[in-house]
Order: sequence, then structure tokens, then C-alpha cells
Amino acid sequence: MSVETFKFKSRMRAVTDNAVTLLAILATVIVVAPLIAIFAYLLYKGASSLNLAFFTQIPKPVGESGGGMANAIVGSGVLLAIASAIGVPIGIGGGIFLAEFGRGTKLANAVRFTADVLNGVPSIVMGMAIYVLIVKPQNSIIPFSGHFSAFSGGVALGIMMIPTVCRTTEEMLLMVPHAVREAALGLGVPNWRSVLSITVKTASPGIITGCMLAFARVAGETAPLIFTALGNAFWSASLNTPIAALPLQIYVYALSPYDDWHRLAWAGSLVLIVLIVLAVSLVRYVTSRGVLKGAS
Amino acid sequence: MGVGIEVTNLNAWYGTNHTLQDINLNIPANHATALIGPSGCGKSTFVRCLNRMHETNPIARVTGSVRIGDLDIYEGAKPVQIRRRVGMVFQRPNPFPTMSIYDNVASGLKLNGYSNKRVLDEIVEKSLKNSALWEEVKDDLKKKSGASLSGGQQQRLCIARALAVDPEVLLMDEPASALDPVSTSKIEDLIFQLKSQYTIVIVTHNMQQAARVAEKTGFFLNGRLVEFDSTHKIFTNPSDKRTEDYITGRFG
Amino acid sequence: MTRIRFQKSLDELKENLLVMAGLAEQAIQRAIEAYRVRDLSICDLVSRSENAINRLERDIDQAALDLLAMEQPMAIDLRFILSVIKINADLERVGDAAKSISDRVRNMEQMATADLPVDIPRMATLSAEMVRKSLQAFIEADAEIARSVLTMDDAVDAMNRAAYKALTLVMEEQSHIAPQALNALMICRALERVADHATNIAEDVIFWVQAEDVRHSKSVAKQAEAKAASQNSQA
Repeated sequence: MSVETFKFKSRMRAVTDNAVTLLAILATVIVVAPLIAIFAYLLYKGASSLNLAFFTQIPKPVGESGGGMANAIVGSGVLLAIASAIGVPIGIGGGIFLAEFGRGTKLANAVRFTADVLNGVPSIVMGMAIYVLIVKPQNSIIPFSGHFSAFSGGVALGIMMIPTVCRTTEEMLLMVPHAVREAALGLGVPNWRSVLSITVKTASPGIITGCMLAFARVAGETAPLIFTALGNAFWSASLNTPIAALPLQIYVYALSPYDDWHRLAWAGSLVLIVLIVLAVSLVRYVTSRGVLKGAS
Repeated sequence: MGVGIEVTNLNAWYGTNHTLQDINLNIPANHATALIGPSGCGKSTFVRCLNRMHETNPIARVTGSVRIGDLDIYEGAKPVQIRRRVGMVFQRPNPFPTMSIYDNVASGLKLNGYSNKRVLDEIVEKSLKNSALWEEVKDDLKKKSGASLSGGQQQRLCIARALAVDPEVLLMDEPASALDPVSTSKIEDLIFQLKSQYTIVIVTHNMQQAARVAEKTGFFLNGRLVEFDSTHKIFTNPSDKRTEDYITGRFG
Repeated sequence: MTRIRFQKSLDELKENLLVMAGLAEQAIQRAIEAYRVRDLSICDLVSRSENAINRLERDIDQAALDLLAMEQPMAIDLRFILSVIKINADLERVGDAAKSISDRVRNMEQMATADLPVDIPRMATLSAEMVRKSLQAFIEADAEIARSVLTMDDAVDAMNRAAYKALTLVMEEQSHIAPQALNALMICRALERVADHATNIAEDVIFWVQAEDVRHSKSVAKQAEAKAASQNSQA
């Protein structure tokens, strides 16, 4: 290769390098821009309606200005607590089974398949299913059945959390190096103990991320709540009665013909996103403080 | 104190692969015994048969008997119980990444139900001293994670962890092969000191290492034990030509 | 085959040692010839080969040291290299003995010939034969030949003791030829040392080939003697 050819090829390589870098930056901007745009728009539309009343008062009757979505915020909290109580243990348990105890068995394949199918069920269909199973039957043995309730809403959201938590848990557990398990077994630790105390603990950052993903997803679900929690204009924190939820409230208010309620809907959307981000960050912070400083 | 290991007609299969054939040998108590041989000769499989670790592979199968002290480990004893008497150190150091140094050493005890803090403290200190790591980590026991140590220190940590459960036998599968010469020397010196308290079996690719630390050496080839004799004999005048060829590096 | 370079180095080491052995053997032969015909020019040849022998001794030791450090030899390779180092030293001393004999011959040139009651040629032949055989054992890696060398040492020792007795008597009773007797005695000493070195070489060959250390062991020589005797009686 002559010196000229070499110089030319080097220049071409540098140009290509820069062009591709530019494309990558462009792609990132295209992806991030809508996110920023949405958030900026929400801020613009909703921030002005945020005041203390929003967080402490329930909605005022039509025609009266003011009021807030305090009951919806609390309601969402209750629903998500129930959902997490159902979705996280079952999901993690399923993930542990798939990764550690059932590898290669037909049962494991069936479970994994079921989880994938469950993942694809439209959220409104999930709501309808829980309606038929819990809300409608009058003499069922299932608790809180026979009417719309917070419990049924939590169940619907919880079941929707399961596939995400389960698959993420399985994948994170599989990523734990074999050497770590061997070390535990070599010490004469029984397999179940090794799985729980060592493998799961090693994979816990990833498992928690999985739970957070599922949480963030169901926190914004509206459709399943229409048939289960129903929504409530008043304070309610009981499991046995319909309960308000932020997404549901936003939906109802957005479709209403009242300007006041529109403003509340915008504010509610902003608050919903901020609360989800805060919840995830809080969990991250709390769990990361428990992790020791160590080599990367 | 260590105990002797008596292996009689040991055969091992992985699926249809007859990995070990008719192994008979007696490993003396309170000595270091080295096992050498080319890759794939079965020495690692053999060592894993001594604490039933090979069973973690579902297609593994074993016939024959292994007596550790007075216990036949394949009759009437659970793998978990065996592994508390026969400790293992692996080729790549594998401290538990989420645990501190203290917790790593104590893990064998904690995970098996011991919780008396004072006793654990004593055992952790004793094990770290026995593995020549105490001086280097005594101020950071609970602050540093096991994974933040250097390679050589990590391996000594794994040795301390294995010693903490007070086994009678210590199996070492190429313990220094991933380490630099300085760490290797430290580990070899350690083995020398540990011999008086434990029975040590060390698998190694490094013949000079076998010559340095072990009183007896066994040469494995293609799943068979070709020769088992004092290290002096094996390395100055082996009886079997195959052993001599391997030791002098003449292959093919 | 692996370790081809190492094997080549070992072969080279053996070659060099054999070159040195040839020089040492030749030196002894020449020294004995010089004694027999009293030719001083042959003494000069012996002196010159002395330098070559010393140089080779250093080279061989250096090469052996390198192999030990660089190649981590084991088992038979290790025994071989150790033997080479020892045989190297013995061959150099054989060269020294040859020079010693040739110096005595020079010395005796000034003196009148004397009739001495010692059969130096016979002793010389026997010692030279021991050297030849021990080197043959080395070349062929044959422990049996080496063991046969061990049996020959006793004869040379006996001849040396007899020479000592006879020559001291001469020095006492015929003091006019005492210088000649003294020289002859020193030649016998030198030949006895040559025989000892040949024995050492044979012992080193046995160590290399059979991993057996037979030094200072009378029983081995006796065993070999008994074996040779029984073979002779069968023949």
C-alpha cells in the first residue's frame, strides 16, 4: 500500500467514524426527545394546577373550583401495595423455580409459556377476567368478592406484574456464575439454602430492577381498574369497597366536559409520573445502601 | 486432625463417557498428595468424587467405594454431610460477591445454622490466621467485600472459608493456576503448614508445584491411575514409562 | 514429539562430553606412550591438550547449568545432566593425571634408566582400559558394562600397593636410583587415580541409567564380580 493510499484510507475511516457517531447521537435524540417533550408539556400544563389542596383534598362537586386528587393518590398506593404483595412473591418464586429447581423439566417449560402468554394478555381483558372471577360472583369463597373493590383491582394489577417479575428473576438468577453456586455447595450447604441465601442474594439487584419495571408498568394501568376498582369520588382505604386510582381519575376527568377537571387531569398526569419515578428511585437508594463497596 | 482416604475400584461416568476406570489408591492422613496428568485425564473428576461434588451434574454416575476415615461416603451418608467434612478450594477464587470478608469466612457456619457471635468471631480469626490472610484484612473484616481483594488474597479467603467449617480433608483443584508466582508461593507455603492438621489432596498441572508441596504423587492418564508413589520416586525415577514421558515432557 | 529443542540440547551436551572424553583418553594414551618410549615431543602434545580439556570443562558445566535453570529437567533427564556434570569433573582430573605422568617422564629424562620392580605398562594398560570401558558404558548407556568397570578397580589398587612396597624398598636400599623410584611411584599414583576416576564415571553411568547410587559400596563390585565369575565358568 502506498503512502498516499494509506493516508486516504485513514481519512476516509475518520470521516466514517464521525458520521456514524453523529447518527448514533441523532438516534438517541430522536428516542429521548418525545420523552422530554411529554414531560415538558405535562409540566407546562399541569404545574400551574398543583397546590397543597391537590394533595390533601378530594374532588369538589362539579361547578366548584379547587379540590384535589388526594384520594386517588392514596388509592393508587393501596392498589399498588396489594399488587406488589401478590406479584412480587409469586413472580420471584416462579423465577426461582424456573432457574434453579425446574431446569429442563416439562413443568418449567409450561410455566414459562404460561408467563409469556399472561404477559401478552391485553390489560382490559385482564380486568374483565377479574370482574368475572371476583367482582361478579355472589357466593364465592374468594374474599371481598361479589362487588367492585380495591382488592379485585389489586389482584388484577398483581397478576399483570407476575410475568415480568418472573422472567427477569429467572434471567438474573441464570446470570449468577456457576462458581458461586459451587462454592456454596462445596461448603456442605443444602441446595435450597444455597439458592436462597447465595444465588438469589447475588442476583438481587437485577431482581429488584425487574420488580421495579413491573411496578412502573402497572402503576399507570387504567383499563383493568375500570372493571374492578371502579373508582371512588370519596375517601376510601378499605379493601372491600371501590377505590380511586390516579390513572382512572385522570381518564374520567380528561374525558369530562369540565375545564376544572381537565386541569386536574393534567396535574394528575404530572404527579403520576413523578410519583413513579420517586418510588423507583427510593427503592434503588434503599437497596443500594445495603450493598457493600466492592470491586466492580 | 486429618484422616486417610481409601479408594477402591472407583469408576465414574458422565453419561456414557467412562471418565474414571478402576481407581484404587490410599491417600495418607496428614500429608499432601498431588495428582498430576494431562488435560482430560480424570484427575479433577476423581477429586470431585471424593466429596460427591460430581453429583451436581445430573448425568454423573459412580461405582466403587470411597472411605474417608471410617466413613464410606457413598453408603449411608448424604452429600451435604460429606462436604462439611471434606472441604474444597476451586481453580478460580470464588468468594461470595455480596458478602464481606467476615461473612465469607463465616458463611459455611452461618448457612448451616450457627449464630453465636463470639464463637463465629473466634473461628473467623482462627481461619484467617491459618490461611495467612489475617494480617492483611483484620481491619477491614466487615467493611470490605470478598470480591475487592486481589486474586491471591481471594484464594486465601476461599481457603479460610473452607477451613472455617473444620473439615478433615481439604481438596484443592488447581488452587494456584490462576495466580501470579508470588501468590502461588504463599499458597504453597500455606499448604505446607496445613498438612499437619488436615489431609490435603491437590490437583495440579504444574509438576514443579507437585514436587514442591506433596509427599505422594499420583499420575492419571486417560481415566486410569498409572502410578502412585512417593513424590521423590515419581520425579527422579518413575516406574512407568508413561509417567516418565509425561514428566520429562515427551509427548507424541 | 515435544521438547525437540531440549532433546537437541541434551544430545549436544552428550556430544561435547564425548569430545572431552576423547581428549582425556588420548592424553592418557599419549602419556603412557611417552613413558614407554621416553619421547619428550609426546609430552608436549599432552601439555597442549590440557588447555583444551580445561576449556571444555568450563563450557560443559555452563551448558549443564543452563539446562538445569531453563528447562526444569525431571527424572532421567535430571539424572543425565547430574551425571554429565560429575563425569566432566572426573575427565578433567584424568587430563590432570595425564599431565602429571608426562611431567614425571620429562623429569626422568635427566636421569639414567633404572631397572625397577614395577610393571608400569601393565598398570597403565589396565587403567586406560577402565577409562575406555567406562566411556563406552556412557556412550551406550549400558549399566552392565559400567558395573564391569567397578570390578577392575581392585586389581589396580593391588598393583599400586605392591608398587608402593617395592619402590619404598628400592628407595631405602638402592638410594642411587631413589629419584627414579620416586618418579615411578608418582606415576603409579597417577595411574591409580585414573582408575578411580574411571570407577567414578562408571558409578555415574549407573546412577543415570538405573537411578541407583552405588558409590562406596563394596557389595556392588562383589556382586558384579560374582556374576562375571559365574558367566566365565559357564562359558
